[in-house]
Amino acid sequence: MKKPVIHAQDVSLTFQTNDGPVHALKDVNLAINRGEFVSFIGPSGCGKTTFLRCIAALETPTSGNLHVNSISAEEARKARSYGYVFQAPGLYPWRTIASNIRLPLEIMNYTKQAQKERVEKVLDLVDLKGFGKKYPWQLSGGMQQRASIARALSFDADILLMDEPFGALDEIVRDKLNEELLALWARTRKTIGFVTHSIPEAVYLSTKIVVMSPRPGRITDVIESPLPKDRPLSIRDTPEFLAVAQRVRAGLEAGHGT
Amino acid sequence: MKHTILPVVTVLAVVVLFWYGAAIWLNAPWAYDQAARAGTTLGWGDMVAQTMEQSRPVLPAPHQVLAGLWDGITGQKITSRRSLVWHGGITLSVTALGFVIGTVAGILLAVTIIYSRTMDMSVMPWAIASQTVPIVAIAPMVIVVLASLGIKGVVPKALIAAYLSFFPVLVGMVKGLRSPDSMQLDLLRTYGASDAAVFWRLRLPSSMPYLFASLKVGVAASVVGTIVAELPAGAMAGLGARLLQGSYHGQTIQIWAALFTAAILAAALVGIVSLIERRVLKRMGLA
Repeated sequence: MKKPVIHAQDVSLTFQTNDGPVHALKDVNLAINRGEFVSFIGPSGCGKTTFLRCIAALETPTSGNLHVNSISAEEARKARSYGYVFQAPGLYPWRTIASNIRLPLEIMNYTKQAQKERVEKVLDLVDLKGFGKKYPWQLSGGMQQRASIARALSFDADILLMDEPFGALDEIVRDKLNEELLALWARTRKTIGFVTHSIPEAVYLSTKIVVMSPRPGRITDVIESPLPKDRPLSIRDTPEFLAVAQRVRAGLEAGHGT
Repeated sequence: MKHTILPVVTVLAVVVLFWYGAAIWLNAPWAYDQAARAGTTLGWGDMVAQTMEQSRPVLPAPHQVLAGLWDGITGQKITSRRSLVWHGGITLSVTALGFVIGTVAGILLAVTIIYSRTMDMSVMPWAIASQTVPIVAIAPMVIVVLASLGIKGVVPKALIAAYLSFFPVLVGMVKGLRSPDSMQLDLLRTYGASDAAVFWRLRLPSSMPYLFASLKVGVAASVVGTIVAELPAGAMAGLGARLLQGSYHGQTIQIWAALFTAAILAAALVGIVSLIERRVLKRMGLA
């Protein structure tokens, strides 16, 4: 049997606050296989971001097991298994786009030659060829976010974790980037974890949709998408798409009811 | 530009007018006194004229200070003890050394404080306490103690200047080195970056705007520290010494001229730091 890339068993995380304990995650069980595109959707406070941060070992679960590539999340982080994309591009204003993308490569001690080749390659992947010498302020918000995706891809981590990466962008740009992200995923075959609170975005992108609900943060539904791999934007008007979206909405509402 | 010149000139004119008014008011008693001794009466016009040209006025008129300043800067050989350029040069050299020592000390302390909670808890209160002690009280002690150890000349004075200038740099750099937000720090964690990499690639560049703001305060404080340090040493050199001599001999014009030289020196130093700040921050995309 194929081993899942990410395997969570009874993962719980409780924050101790002045107002008493907050159950950010409660008994989360999930298996993600290689090459899957998994979206986490739910209202604010449902723990979707917290779970993504647990996978990246930026948070430590208070109980349960979380394995990535059959080792602990912490070890996987140290083995540089993750590319992480945040909601804001977080590019350094004092570095050019190419230099920003080179940042992880410098930290990981790649040779100068390898750095150059990889920067060229990922700039091409995110369709920013020729923008390497620009500074972040010279680029639009959408282009900056593409640069931050390139930065996450530059060191060839198997897993790409994205925390509402397009949340701050307008819908037109977001549609375009969603389309590009699918193309990029098809080319690189990476495993992607994607946090969003947009139902169309989750359904359009994912092979698997994880619906979560708050207080305590937990999984209420896991939907394997029946949609084909090849997805033009127009697929969002098909009955199959709407049926999946309907099921996600039902899951979100059920979570609210309790 | 045109819109800013008029208000600036207006404010300057008001200050100068107020100063002349104060000079007449403060110097008038002496003028009347002189007239009474000579057995003459003094009309208002003559009184005003006299308050403008006393040799030891209570408050010198602006043109007298300017004349004193001009004579001190251009009218003397720069090796002369009467030259404000010579005194200013000595003050500048001590200021510069003190500023460098203070800046390096401030940055190093800030680095230890952000990486060690113990240092934060133990050093910061002392740093704050150090600034609540009046510098005029500490300066003579530092000079006497160091002199007894055989350290004389520039170094003790520079240490007093550094004592004043390290603090703004320390406070600014602690804030600046802590300025990267958690997202930026998390990003580097996902790369498995070492503390050193986080420091050199993120914390230090992020702190630059804070550093320059602190350096401007620090360099001005360094001038003040130097002048205070020049007072008690019985020093014969430096703007502080020039101030002290002026007050010994009631040479108010000399005092004011030295004061203005110090102000010009401080303003020029702050100006230089601002210029470097603008260039660096612009280059870094932070301005």
